[in-house]
Amino acid sequence: MGNYIPDTVSIQKEMLQSIGKESIDALYEDVPSNVRLKELHIPEGKPEMAVASAMKKIAAQNKVYDSLFRGAGAYRHYIPAIVKGIVTKEEFLTAYTPYQAEISQGVLQSIFEYQTQICELTGLDVSNASVYDGAVAAAEAVFMTIDKNKTEALVSNTIDPRVLEVIRTYGESRNVRITVTDDLYKTDATKLADLINENTACVLVQSPNYYGIIEDVEEIVSIAHEKKIKVIESVNPISLGLLKSPGELGVDIAVGEGQPLGMPLSFGGPYLGFMATTKELTRKLPGRIVGQTTDHEGRRCFVLTLQAREQHIRREKASSNICSNEALCAMTASVYLAAVGPEGLHKVAKNCYDHAHYLKESLASIGFKAVNEEPFFHEFLTDSPIDPVVLEKKLKEKGILIGLIKDDKILWCATELNDKEEIDHLIKAIREVI
Amino acid sequence: MKLLFELSSENKKLDLIPDCDVRSYELEDKYLRKEKPGLPELSEVDLSRHYTELCKQTFGVNDGFYPLGSCTMKYNPRIDEEMASLRDFTDVHPLQGEDSIQGSLEVLYRTQELLCEITGMDGMSLQPAAGAHGEYTGLLLIRRYHQARHDEERVNIIVPDSAHGTNPASAVMAGFKVINVPSNADGGVDLDELRKVVGKDTAGLMLTNPNTLGLFDPNILEITKIIHEAGGLCYYDGANLNAIMGRVRPGDMGFDCIHLNLHKTFGTPHGGGGPGSGPVGCKEFLKEYLPMETVKKEGDRYVLHNAEHSLGRVRSYYGNFLVIVKALTYILTLGREGIIASSGKAVLNANYMMNALKKCYDVAYERTCMHEFVLCLEGLKKETGVSAMDIAKASLDYGVHPPTMYFPLIVHEALMFEPTETESKEVIDNAIAVYTKLYELAHEDPEYLHSAPHDQPIGRPNETEAARNPILRYQKEC
Repeated sequence: MGNYIPDTVSIQKEMLQSIGKESIDALYEDVPSNVRLKELHIPEGKPEMAVASAMKKIAAQNKVYDSLFRGAGAYRHYIPAIVKGIVTKEEFLTAYTPYQAEISQGVLQSIFEYQTQICELTGLDVSNASVYDGAVAAAEAVFMTIDKNKTEALVSNTIDPRVLEVIRTYGESRNVRITVTDDLYKTDATKLADLINENTACVLVQSPNYYGIIEDVEEIVSIAHEKKIKVIESVNPISLGLLKSPGELGVDIAVGEGQPLGMPLSFGGPYLGFMATTKELTRKLPGRIVGQTTDHEGRRCFVLTLQAREQHIRREKASSNICSNEALCAMTASVYLAAVGPEGLHKVAKNCYDHAHYLKESLASIGFKAVNEEPFFHEFLTDSPIDPVVLEKKLKEKGILIGLIKDDKILWCATELNDKEEIDHLIKAIREVI
Repeated sequence: MKLLFELSSENKKLDLIPDCDVRSYELEDKYLRKEKPGLPELSEVDLSRHYTELCKQTFGVNDGFYPLGSCTMKYNPRIDEEMASLRDFTDVHPLQGEDSIQGSLEVLYRTQELLCEITGMDGMSLQPAAGAHGEYTGLLLIRRYHQARHDEERVNIIVPDSAHGTNPASAVMAGFKVINVPSNADGGVDLDELRKVVGKDTAGLMLTNPNTLGLFDPNILEITKIIHEAGGLCYYDGANLNAIMGRVRPGDMGFDCIHLNLHKTFGTPHGGGGPGSGPVGCKEFLKEYLPMETVKKEGDRYVLHNAEHSLGRVRSYYGNFLVIVKALTYILTLGREGIIASSGKAVLNANYMMNALKKCYDVAYERTCMHEFVLCLEGLKKETGVSAMDIAKASLDYGVHPPTMYFPLIVHEALMFEPTETESKEVIDNAIAVYTKLYELAHEDPEYLHSAPHDQPIGRPNETEAARNPILRYQKEC
């Protein structure tokens, strides 16, 4: 039997004696006898070696692609070795939420540094300490803009469909009406203006959008702000090494999936929802926020702050129910950003951009015509001269995962990891099957 | 100590990314970032030492006793970390075809099945990322159930006054109104008060059992019966499951849906505040509303499945997958006997510690407790002026992480201790000695305790100032 109980049975007996109980079962005297479980039907415990072997067998049923051209919301990037080295330190790993500031300055300072980096990246004033993922960040951002009079959100149809589904789930339960545009691949700002009514609280766009296209966010901002409506932009954080920041675009709230900042694909989680906003909306932000203060000797220190927004103080009047967030993922992003630095981030972003454009040219040369000619970041949609399902299957056999199939089209992605050699190899492999 | 930004100096960097091997493609100037982000510029050594320094100012379970009530700070086994770092788990894209993710799906499926058996539920979604996220999702199940029956006047969720703050906050997010019920003199739900508030508008009840006082409510069957007879559903907050796992199941106590905290009960680390994992379980009749994409087994293949009337998606993908890998590893290691032994030792530890501390401190409720107990320092404060905060802060200097302070709200000057099963008698005896010593100090030298801690990197921070003039990011001095 495996467990992590440090005391022997005889010490446990000694402890029972000292409290005047005959057995551990006797401690469960308040549990009505008719609900006590007779037998727990799960397997017996196993020694570590046996468990490790069982888990490795399960893991081996997965296929890891060394060559991967799929993004669509989760991206494979190079993760500097220092990132894993730092975030696996046991103190960071096994600490709780830093309620006790005096012995938690390490975690608190790292969150403060993370918040600053997110502000720098997005060009906005304030960041929280993270939420569950990019989709939840988008849903929470919508609620930041809702009030008694403004109960509708206008969402572009070009955002990640999974994010849209989460926004719909959250919106339904809070009686927020979600109106979705009928845009196909790019948001039409003038049509957007027609959909705004007196109840509209915010417009939410993603740029680069789900199809990789860089949206005309400035135009959307000017239309929305003219009607006194907030703009939420969902962004890929890597793209901000190259593209205009939400702050430069005049956006009110920036959100996004932080996974590309040093987190492996991990079959979808744990990921990181980041949120940043203007000073004006600070007290509407959900979740933990770390602030700087001093102790009684005037030493700089950091604490969880603005807690009057939060569930443990405000209960049913809280701005959100969030308690645990994704702290270690936030630290991962922070170490990643510190490791790459401003120049490194630009280089990663530019390499993604150049590789994706080279990929697009190469695919076009063998008959995969791009659906759009709009400026894009590192993803784009093409037609396929052969049934994409057949193509996917045949390339899988060669150890290559093609872009995500969207009906009869393919959504391709290239990052700094998909170098020229890999792209040329893909093209050669496709030629062999068509 | 210095911030990353204060260590930064121009042109320091790590050499990480090769120069691009294809030509440079143009992008119209109007799309380009004008001002580069003010990220720190450091060498790898700078970075490594900075975080090692931050590490020294962080207290984890590995550093010492962590009896933080309601948080179940048990030891986090290393094997769980190792399994979660297997490349076959970390390097899989969430949108690969089903035939290439059979391993990941098996992890989800087996975890679903094991958690169903442990909780007495019939269906399980591993999507929610944390406890509060699970609460929200579970409440949406209740909402969908009533909506499907066109029973939309059921808008009230009943919450005891001892509940976690997330309960009422989640209920509001899920579109309900919150009705608070008081506790009785024994710390359980007041049945008469409960009967008074139920009715045609009752959507359900949220309950933690054992509750936040660490007490198992002996009237649990009566409580769930009252709710069911009124047409409501019963929601189990699994934050305190560690006390009872393997011994009694929420499903057998009359609960219809639950959430669990894998980062409490099933040994996964808290990471300084996440990532956690908050699976939601339910009885057969609620399965049709579970979030999209649970895992089914068809023959010897695992497939993703959408419930017929799914409430939708509560996050992008299938859950905090690597956290789930750790929890599965943990459950496979403990197995049947390990789970039963763990809950038993957790309850033994709490009773042992409570029994010793009640020689000087007042216990909020004089009963056999479950995995945690609450002290009431109201008397001590009146007598000596020393508060629960003072005692908690002073314990820092003795290498003991403070208990949860000022919670539950119904106990004044509360300190809530949860000495989990991975703590030995020796560790607990030492903590008992520390708190006994602090009790004596409260009488001898209260001033010393008011100004504690004395031996930490900082003293008590000025929280009022932090909230009044928020400084939420570093600004370069001009």
